[in-house]
Amino acid sequence: MSKILEVKNLTKEFDKFTAVKDVDFFVEEGGFFSILGPSGCGKTTLLRMISGFIEQTSGDILIKGQSMTGIPPENRPVNIVFQNLALFPMMNVYENVAFGLKRKKIEKNEIKESVLSMLSRVGLEGFEKKKVTELSGGQRQRVAIARSLVMKPSILLLDEPLGALDRQLREHMKIELKLLQKEIGTTFVYITHDQSEALVMSDKVAVMNKGRFEQIDTPQNLYKNPKTAFTASFVGESNRFDIKRDGNHIITSSGLSFIKDGLQNEVTQLFIRPEAFIIEPAQDDKDIQQMNIKVKTILFDGSNTKISALSEKNDEILISLPQNSKFDDIKEGDTIRVGITQDNLKCF
Amino acid sequence: MHKGNRVTFYILIVPVLLWLVLLIILPHIDLFISSFQVQNDAGDSVFSLDNYKAFFDDKIYWLTFLNTLAYAIGVTFLTFLVAFPVAFFLTKVVSRKYASFLTLLLLIPLWVGELVTIYGWMIILGDHGIINEFLKYIGVIDKPIHLLYTDLSMIIGLLYMSVLFMIVPIMSTLESLDDSLIEAASDLGASKWAIFTKIVIPYSMPGITSGSIIVFMLVIGDYVAPDILGGKSSLWFTEQIYNDFLSTFNWNEGAAFGFLLLIISSVIVWVALKLSGQKLERVGQ
Repeated sequence: MSKILEVKNLTKEFDKFTAVKDVDFFVEEGGFFSILGPSGCGKTTLLRMISGFIEQTSGDILIKGQSMTGIPPENRPVNIVFQNLALFPMMNVYENVAFGLKRKKIEKNEIKESVLSMLSRVGLEGFEKKKVTELSGGQRQRVAIARSLVMKPSILLLDEPLGALDRQLREHMKIELKLLQKEIGTTFVYITHDQSEALVMSDKVAVMNKGRFEQIDTPQNLYKNPKTAFTASFVGESNRFDIKRDGNHIITSSGLSFIKDGLQNEVTQLFIRPEAFIIEPAQDDKDIQQMNIKVKTILFDGSNTKISALSEKNDEILISLPQNSKFDDIKEGDTIRVGITQDNLKCF
Repeated sequence: MHKGNRVTFYILIVPVLLWLVLLIILPHIDLFISSFQVQNDAGDSVFSLDNYKAFFDDKIYWLTFLNTLAYAIGVTFLTFLVAFPVAFFLTKVVSRKYASFLTLLLLIPLWVGELVTIYGWMIILGDHGIINEFLKYIGVIDKPIHLLYTDLSMIIGLLYMSVLFMIVPIMSTLESLDDSLIEAASDLGASKWAIFTKIVIPYSMPGITSGSIIVFMLVIGDYVAPDILGGKSSLWFTEQIYNDFLSTFNWNEGAAFGFLLLIISSVIVWVALKLSGQKLERVGQ
């Protein structure tokens, strides 16, 4: 696979602060690449530099090996799906999708053919004459994507396009977008603050914080092997402890103590996923470090049910309840024994 | 309805009704009736269509009207040409901080009143006015050029008093134009010109239309600017009406001409709305 987009040491400084610091990555052709970060982390600035609306302070952007520095947005082989979609309200669906092709002075019949085939691809056959204001949220979404894809861009940039949809539709569009991308094969660069969107859809995810990339990895690796404290806390749920290390002992500020071998550096934070806890493990298993906890309350949420508990040192701990009915008899106020293996203790 | 609410309702509605009935509806009915009357030899008022006939029979009347109409349309278009860049600048180019201050500056001539601003223009355009003196000073001309009491000075006056009524509605539509629409068009390969003609202008069409209606009506019904700034050749239809009422004391004919002005200009606005595919309800928003 060839690199379709290369971003090299990209930096953007505004008057008072640096929005993007020395970001360096590449995207493979046909990939679905997500940039995941909290609001204000610089991800929109990064996207606007790729699309050409902002000029970088230093560094370079290469698309298909060609530097994009100094090339205005209308001449870059990328198209963008805006956060608010930016459909043209005075035009109907057909005119919206045809807008870009008309600017290229393509023959009318050809435009018609491309627009109609693109509309059928996104499931909007027969909607040509509809006003965009008459469409539902999901349909407007698809018009915006069709309007960009009909231009046959090398890269499609998506700026949190699902943000404005309600939850159910968002879940549905996530799957639809992933399938559409697989079918069409266009490279997608997707920006979001929603970790679930990024994890579900992407081949690769970059976690961004304060203008820098913390980690670029597959969704699985990002979740299982976070490389920084920020990634561990931002991607997925975790129990977080402030810690001190003493040889292979790590001691939380409240006084809980765990054993973790192989630590070299100074560590200050410990993350444990709720599902990493084993409830009522075999008592004689030497690989599992065990402790007693007191159940405070049960947070029932279907397949995502958790126990909120207190440790012996009064730390709040979230523990996932497994999907079998084995532990249905756990009640508030019960004291139960939980265990954890060394590799599930993530220290930073 | 609650009793207290009802009292409040009447307190609020009565002044509006009084205003409408006493100052607008009654005078119009009176004018309407008198436009269909002439005085016979005995001095009594009798029913007649002569007042309206006079308009079509006498060339000077309908030619004046056509002249007024042509100028009004022209001035409306000129006003649009001047107002649009200003509105665009104030809403999309200047930072919000300065925009409200600059808009306030635009409003100042409105506080002074039409008559005073027109005298101001006389000072600027007169034979010994600022422009002529300046041109003489830099040596471009020896003798002053006649700017005042010409069609040009009249157009300047009309444009100046009406431009704000074009700027404000256009500004209000442009304010709701999301910048991302412009970016999206640019992203799809549109040139600056294409963005302007395919996105910005169509988007602000409701504002342009309502501005045009207001300006057209203001200009075609204006009396002061044509009378003071206009030359002898630039006869405005309102001046005919003025003459009927105050020079020849033919109130019946004046009333008829007034109604003709009202009806014909309304019809023109209606036709223009139909032609441009705009709806009055949308324009009013």
